[in-house]
Amino acid sequence: MSFVEMAIFVSIPIIIASMLLMLYRVAVGPSLEDRVVALDLIATTAIGFVAVYSIISNSTTVLDVGIIIAMLAFLGTTAFAYYLERRSKT
Amino acid sequence: MTEIIDVVSAVLILIGSIFIFISSIGLIKMPDIYMRMSATTKATTLGVGSILFGTALYFEEVGIMTRAIIIIIFLFLTAPIGAHLIGRAAYFDGIPLWDKSIINEIEGSFNPVEHVLYSEKFSSDDKVTLPRDQTEHNSD
Repeated sequence: MSFVEMAIFVSIPIIIASMLLMLYRVAVGPSLEDRVVALDLIATTAIGFVAVYSIISNSTTVLDVGIIIAMLAFLGTTAFAYYLERRSKT
Repeated sequence: MTEIIDVVSAVLILIGSIFIFISSIGLIKMPDIYMRMSATTKATTLGVGSILFGTALYFEEVGIMTRAIIIIIFLFLTAPIGAHLIGRAAYFDGIPLWDKSIINEIEGSFNPVEHVLYSEKFSSDDKVTLPRDQTEHNSD
């Protein structure tokens, strides 16, 4: 067992636990903006999970999914901010 | 040499996952949406960037290194922009600051109707002249 495999066995539970904590904020967040911030954070963490998974499965093409997730997260955050600001504009 | 690269990439992956965990704790424990954004945006960007760099070092291929660097640059460019947009939307939406915050520098210096920020404070009695109004005046 190499050092990278040991690091992955530690880091996968840490990433999953932090995603669960972020899901708690999505569930209880007092305002809609809190939920948008937490969802953006979950998408960014998913990129890290995809990178770790590409080491586990030893397939390098999985990293393309990370690029798509990064673009979709930015697009979603921008669209949410645009419409939330227009909602408060009278 | 391979052993050294293995150890370095393992340490980078561990540091990245620890940073992600710290930012999730900040998302739970911070009292205010603005503090939550400042806790999460920076720490998560650093953590995911570190994990991606560790992955790129592990595979030792040019294609993987290129993809990882592209994702890192994209994250470093878009995370501040997204945080700025959400913070602006939250402020104009009227999300209150934490009740123990002692300073709010743009209070009273933005127009809540037109969503325009000014560098000076103005009272609601003053007639606000927007650039749009001035151009209309000039055309008349």
